[in-house]
Amino acid sequence: MSSTRTRLGTVTAAVLALSTVAACGSDNDDGAGSDGDGGSDDAGVTIGVTNLPPSTEKAARKAFLARVKEFEQAHPNIDVEPSEYEWDPATFAAQLAGGTLPTAFQFPFTYGKELIERGQVADLTAEVKSLPYAGDFNPSVLEVVQDESGAIHGVPVEAYGMGLHYNRALFEQAGLDPDKPPQTWDEIRRYADTIADATGQAGYAQMSQNNTGGWILTTQTYAMGGRVEEGSGDDVTATLDNPATRRALETLHAMRWEDDSMGDNFLYEWGTINQAFAAGQVGMYIGGSDVYNSLVTENNVDPETYGLTTIPLDGPDSGVLGGGSIVAVRPDASDAERAAAVKWIDFYYMGKLTEQEAAVADAMSKAESDAPVGTPTLPIFDADQLEQAETWIAEYVNVPLEQMMPFKNGILDQPLIPEPPVKAQELYAELDTVVQAVLNDENADIDALLETANENVSSLLADG
Amino acid sequence: MSAIARWARGGGLSTLVLLLPLLVVFGLFAWFPIGRALVMSLQETNLVTDPSWVGLDNFRQVLGDPLFWTSVRNTVYFTLLAMLFGYPVPLLLAVLMSEVRRAKGLFSVLAYLPVVVPPVVAVLLWRFFYDASSTGVFNTILGWVGLGPFPWIQDASSAMPSLVLQATWANAGATVLIYLAALTGVRTELYDAAEVDGAGLWKKVWHVTLPQLRNILLITLILQVISTFQIFTEPFLMTGGGPQNATTTVLLQIYDYAFRFGDYGAATALSVLLALFLAIMSALYFRVTRSWSTS
Repeated sequence: MSSTRTRLGTVTAAVLALSTVAACGSDNDDGAGSDGDGGSDDAGVTIGVTNLPPSTEKAARKAFLARVKEFEQAHPNIDVEPSEYEWDPATFAAQLAGGTLPTAFQFPFTYGKELIERGQVADLTAEVKSLPYAGDFNPSVLEVVQDESGAIHGVPVEAYGMGLHYNRALFEQAGLDPDKPPQTWDEIRRYADTIADATGQAGYAQMSQNNTGGWILTTQTYAMGGRVEEGSGDDVTATLDNPATRRALETLHAMRWEDDSMGDNFLYEWGTINQAFAAGQVGMYIGGSDVYNSLVTENNVDPETYGLTTIPLDGPDSGVLGGGSIVAVRPDASDAERAAAVKWIDFYYMGKLTEQEAAVADAMSKAESDAPVGTPTLPIFDADQLEQAETWIAEYVNVPLEQMMPFKNGILDQPLIPEPPVKAQELYAELDTVVQAVLNDENADIDALLETANENVSSLLADG
Repeated sequence: MSAIARWARGGGLSTLVLLLPLLVVFGLFAWFPIGRALVMSLQETNLVTDPSWVGLDNFRQVLGDPLFWTSVRNTVYFTLLAMLFGYPVPLLLAVLMSEVRRAKGLFSVLAYLPVVVPPVVAVLLWRFFYDASSTGVFNTILGWVGLGPFPWIQDASSAMPSLVLQATWANAGATVLIYLAALTGVRTELYDAAEVDGAGLWKKVWHVTLPQLRNILLITLILQVISTFQIFTEPFLMTGGGPQNATTTVLLQIYDYAFRFGDYGAATALSVLLALFLAIMSALYFRVTRSWSTS
């Protein structure tokens, strides 16, 4: 009796154990199958690509899949596996390690240098140099995908400049002319005060959390003629305690503590400040010029109330901080996968900029899905080429372009300055604390804060 | 041969086979990652190419980070505040609820309800409640009785207590249920005897309830210390560690190393330090309290 039970138990346990092992095994097989194929076989290669619109955006998804089909017909040996993957700094490395990251993926400029430095994106120099427009890239845009030696690790596919977003309805309520947005930092301060007094909302708000505080403070520093890092390569030094950053912080301090024009909430980041702006709680804030797209799709902003202008530049070396998206390739992709991925980048992303037919098809499908078309961007190549691309899609523009003209008319005259070249995210995090201190402590010692931040970033740079 | 056969016939094999699923699952999903983390804390890696060994550099970096002591201080501060509020409140609620004769179930449900709300949803709701303007939910309510408006999470000094308030609200329910269950195990004749001796409610609680709950109280204390030391969701979602790093906790810093700055070596090094600290503290605690936990 007891031995029968023992045997039965043994069998049951063995089955359980085997099924567990089998389950793990089959998972691994799947994982290996989805990313490991193709590379060794020159006859056919499979690449994973991103930006497939979700099934809720029917027209855009259909248009994307049609482009995939078109590409596969033109390149019969390439099999494209599209996914809805959206880049997230928190999951990126794990997905890369786990093999679930698509071969070609899109991510923001601000992480470019970091990923290159860590060897998490492939060197695409040869492939990109063979593209017909390789020599035409706007040099300050191309710089974000280059390492110290000039090797190219991705393709910049979208560029924008930082701008001042403002709520036209709050402007009107405060008796300000929404067609005449502020043109100097003094005006921004005065307008913010007027809006706060008249409407009770924050006249001006600023991001301060999760590296966005440093990002915006760097924008202000550039606009006032300063830099937060000087030099290049191994000789980069931190210059956080420069007069421009100090002036930017003093302006913030005055708006917060003398004018009380910044409202009551100061822990904003990209998503929450957009939300507050769309809800009519913020008169003005600084952000990328492409934010309107997100304000529409995610925050349901009232287009009537939206206004966009350039950030005032002040001082001899002043300029506007640039941003945008890069498409790069997994560092462990095979030669064939890399070549196929760059062909796809050229076909899908660059086609929208360089070929009328592709540009029109893209704009049309976006317009059909009610996705914004026509939000101002910066030239990936040059101003003439951008203007031409804009005329191709003019009839599909569905954003309030008239209300963005102050930005569009001014941005091309503003020198574009890339982000700090080394440890940008750590530097931004350090400046977050400084911005938060100025907004939270009336007696904040700006000089001491900047000195400490500069020491901390300097030691980070020294550690490499 | 015969020894192995004897071992197998004696039930050794079936024991091993029965254990296998457990070993495989724990091995794959707990021990292997722990081992990998230990190894990774001594490496520099981008998770793609071969990692390089850096000895104790990651530990040196973590301990030398100006934020390290800030986050340790904040974590201890959170734990102390959470103990101060979070430890007695559930006990008090449980004792009061066990005294209630009618609708006990209703009170249990009410106490447990916050635990049912997904933590992320609860934290985001509270962030909304904590709106610092005079039209914020809490500030409006307090305004009716002439208080406020308070800055809540927008101010460096009130941010941490605000997080503790939310965490206590969210977690008290589960502990209340544990105490309620334990209270049913307290023999009623002890209360009767105390009553005969002329004890009031407070004396009954002090002389009967608390001594009877001693073991449970000990366990919940250590569990609460361990869980509050790993405070993450609240500062991550509500303040991002701000203002001015006032709510940057050790776990949030680990997260930042790994997922904000991509430095997995530093993240695992700090995790190892935290795990070591908690293990040592638990061991010490049980050693010190062993004498009075067995009655």
